[in-house]
Amino acid sequence: MKNRVGIVGVGQTHHKSKNTDCKGQELISIAVKRALESADLTMVDIDAIVIGNMDHFESINYVDMWSVDGSGGYMKPIMKVTTGGTTGSAVGHAGFYHVASGLFDTVLAIGWEQNSESDTTAAISTCFDPITEREFCGGAIGPLAAQYTAYMSKYGATEEDAALVSVRDHNNAALYNPYAHLRQTITVEEVMKSPYISYPMKLLDICPRSDGACAVIFAGEDKAKKTVERPAWILGVGDCHILVHLADGIGLANLPSLERAAREAYEMAGITDPFRQFDVAELYVPASTAGVTWMEALGLCEEGEGPRLIRSGVTNMGGELPINPSGGVLATNPIGATGLLRIGEAALQVMGKAEEKQVEGARVAVATGFGGCFWSDITVLSSSTQLG
Amino acid sequence: MDEVAIIGVAQTRYQRDNPASHAEMAYEVTRKALEDAGLTIDDIDNTVTVCNDFWDGRTISCMTITEATGSHKVPTTNVEGDGTYGALMGAMRLLSGLHEVTLVVAQSKVSEGIPAVITNAMFDPVYERSLGLDAINSSALQMRRYMSKYGITEEQCAKVSVKNHKNAKSNPYAHMPLDITVDDVLKSRVLADPIKLLDTSPVSDGACAIIMAVDEVAKKRCSKPVWIRGIGHCADAYHLGDRDLAEVDALVSAARRAYGMAGIQDPVREIDVAEVYDAFSYMELMWMEGLGFCGRGEGGAMIDSGMTGMNGALPVNPSGGVLSAHPVQAAGLARIAEAVLQLKGKADARQVEGATVALAHGIEGACGQGHCVFVLGR
Repeated sequence: MKNRVGIVGVGQTHHKSKNTDCKGQELISIAVKRALESADLTMVDIDAIVIGNMDHFESINYVDMWSVDGSGGYMKPIMKVTTGGTTGSAVGHAGFYHVASGLFDTVLAIGWEQNSESDTTAAISTCFDPITEREFCGGAIGPLAAQYTAYMSKYGATEEDAALVSVRDHNNAALYNPYAHLRQTITVEEVMKSPYISYPMKLLDICPRSDGACAVIFAGEDKAKKTVERPAWILGVGDCHILVHLADGIGLANLPSLERAAREAYEMAGITDPFRQFDVAELYVPASTAGVTWMEALGLCEEGEGPRLIRSGVTNMGGELPINPSGGVLATNPIGATGLLRIGEAALQVMGKAEEKQVEGARVAVATGFGGCFWSDITVLSSSTQLG
Repeated sequence: MDEVAIIGVAQTRYQRDNPASHAEMAYEVTRKALEDAGLTIDDIDNTVTVCNDFWDGRTISCMTITEATGSHKVPTTNVEGDGTYGALMGAMRLLSGLHEVTLVVAQSKVSEGIPAVITNAMFDPVYERSLGLDAINSSALQMRRYMSKYGITEEQCAKVSVKNHKNAKSNPYAHMPLDITVDDVLKSRVLADPIKLLDTSPVSDGACAIIMAVDEVAKKRCSKPVWIRGIGHCADAYHLGDRDLAEVDALVSAARRAYGMAGIQDPVREIDVAEVYDAFSYMELMWMEGLGFCGRGEGGAMIDSGMTGMNGALPVNPSGGVLSAHPVQAAGLARIAEAVLQLKGKADARQVEGATVALAHGIEGACGQGHCVFVLGR
């Protein structure tokens, strides 16, 4: 990497199911203002902007241009990145590359979505091939359900294991994250009794759809050091958009895209023992089931060991490796912002600014993004410019 | 900044109702760009696709060309904007030092959509969309404002169309090579006064790919690398009513940034050929002003002087420009590809002799709200 990049500011809206107070530009504006305030910067300091969402959730074309009134992008360089569910993480990575390239010093990355404007599953279903696949109306839930069925059968995982993840994330959101969309504490029993959406997934196993926005400010090394006492340095990035057709093999009991993306990011960052080296993780877990199965792809445990890790409680707050102190995607899911929220929340942890949800002494964090056709992005962040 | 070079380019022939699918078009240009660069797909270590969910008629539209571009095998991202913005993202990845060879692919099948509906969706859903604004009638407002503020005439705009359609006759990829006169343009059907059919770019399907590499790779693999000397992009205000549509502030800013990086002080003298995004005839005149090729309001006089013709001091759009082929997402990337061909001396019948510095330009949003400018050099 020619130019070191650090995160210096993070802002987000209070996420909710349907935000009737704000239109899209206003959601964006709130997140941007909060990010700027958190870094004690103003729009004058911002050299360029990258923004992303998924077009068909709001039906606005050329969002990079439309958003100028909310993003502060008037007479500034601005571009749009969009890759489906991974949009937020791709926007974060684009912000990183803007600075790493040396072309821009301080860059604002914005992810947003106003999902209440559309029928989310209908919009997602149009991602599949119009001739051979679209009529199945797959949406996002079915493939994840199929994956966990296969995992349960292969490794003896249970529906209760997934419920444990759901309880962990929902309760973290309820107890520690004032910005989260769903903020009620729940029990395993309540998850198990919630109605089936697609076996083995029940209502409380899956993420909501939310209205909200997130803004993250990336800066070059000198600027970052001048701006905040402890920036969140980006040590590694990886992205893997591996498939187009689900039938080509989503890795029925694992997530090959996350495995490959993690390999790239770990090599760049010098991560060799992820479970020990990471102090906290913000994982894009769109369903509790994925919270059981995908830890293997990150190298946090051996194949088939996900249930053991979840049951042991090490991923809970206070455990050895807390996962999703923010409550994660199960509590908050403004889709184009969701991946960027993971990066932002991970950054707040290593900056020591996560407030109630702070993991004590967090120095190294990992954030992931998931979407598209079982695609993954990953970011490794640290309070130090390199791993000690 | 001789750090990133373009070492391969490819385009499909642009046409209406291309029977090839999005993926087939993307595959064609990927394969041809690799051939042009003397590389195989295994040499590509990252990709940038340029897909737009509205124009492609599906969500996560980059999925349509993921496999065709080999993007499933390497780190990738998708820029939703003009192709020039995709090229900018590709350059950033190389400048970061984390990648060595980037493939950028843009494609559009405009004939499969309804452009008026798709471009209506770029306007504010509450206050503006129900007025029926689209790319053509909003541009008509801009053309009228430009004409009235600076005394530009419909004839002067028509001359751009005549020049570019004629240039297209030397471009085998062009969709609309035409022998027309100013009179033909003026008498063509009015679409939205003062824009007439022959002031307007066609509905084109097509794809374009470029391969970029860091300097060590470029020097090793390419005898005539074309260097990226400067890049700039900028966005103006969103609501048409918040802008003076006759002005080109965002382009001035984007050009200033690109020229600053490239060390260009006198663009008319230092740039040998330009490929600009002339979605409508009048746009070429406005963009020349924004790019500093002439003063404000002097675009009309410049086309009258013949300076931007093939034999002029600064040929603009030797390819025929966007007026002669408008595959929306790919149109700006095609400007870069054409500029590269000029600098490599491979532009055949449309070659500008001795071109060593070229400019390529793309636009984004309504009435050129956003601009992206590339300065390339041999």
